[in-house]
Amino acid sequence: MRQPERPHSPMPTAVNTEEEPQVHPDLELVARVKTGDLAAFEKLMRQYERQIFRISLQITQNREDAEDIVQDTFFKAFQKIDQFQGNSKFYTWLVRIAVNESLMRLRKRKAQKTVSMDEEIQTDEGSIPRDFADWMPNPEQNYNQAELAEILRRTIQGLPPGFRTVFVLRDIDGLSTEETAQALKLSVPAVKSRLLRARLQLRERLSRYFRVPSGELA
Amino acid sequence: MNCTEFLANLTDYFDAQTATALRSELEQHMAGCEHCTVTLNTTRQTIEIYRNKELFELPESIHERLRQAVLSKCAAKMKRQKLKQS
Ligand SMILES: [Zn+2]
Repeated sequence: MRQPERPHSPMPTAVNTEEEPQVHPDLELVARVKTGDLAAFEKLMRQYERQIFRISLQITQNREDAEDIVQDTFFKAFQKIDQFQGNSKFYTWLVRIAVNESLMRLRKRKAQKTVSMDEEIQTDEGSIPRDFADWMPNPEQNYNQAELAEILRRTIQGLPPGFRTVFVLRDIDGLSTEETAQALKLSVPAVKSRLLRARLQLRERLSRYFRVPSGELA
Repeated sequence: MNCTEFLANLTDYFDAQTATALRSELEQHMAGCEHCTVTLNTTRQTIEIYRNKELFELPESIHERLRQAVLSKCAAKMKRQKLKQS
């Protein structure tokens, strides 16, 4: 029983046709939640719980954390619903809460491991392409589902959280650049620069698995 | 246009926010630069692979449990508020 997914923003050659509907159906639900209508809130949860779980899982890479984050995100949203003024989409507002919760969990885990927080600084490594080998056609089909999942998980886990988050929201969840900026409280240029580096770093790392095998040893 | 400039514009190129003039400059660069062509194609594939792969999907029963937990917390909160008001 899958909920309909939000459509991904098309790439790479689509033109943005922005036609906002009169009133987003979410806003009606939010208005009802503000009057204490729990059924309306349940509807909003059903609509977005899967996406919130997926985002949290991608950022934290930890399933239990992601389950907790889903709970905390929606409960916080309910508690703070009066603060939502409709300046952004409800979903974007929700994502912001989920991202904050996710990063908080990551910090907690890191504190336990006493790793330094300077990760953001040493991030340019891998942003400059070095591997120019072309990839096999449909390279992902050379691995079974479990192998592929492991490769993708390991690879994205190697990104600094600040880059990973941008990539998850923009490229996996399909938020627009502007929505991603709103959800992360970043400027649009900052989102673009992080996104570029995230994409290039992932590409570089995946290349090890997906490149056309050559005569020379890697 | 050199390779560094090409890279700097890669994201906008993907997101189709590139003015036509710049676009044709980028395409011109690619026509003469295999490295940038490969970088662009494999970056596009990277995004597509991540987008298409569902990492892990929670069973509905767990979503149901999470939902009920949240809703009962919300209900308790509303009760407390009503008590305060009366
Ligand atoms: Zn080049």
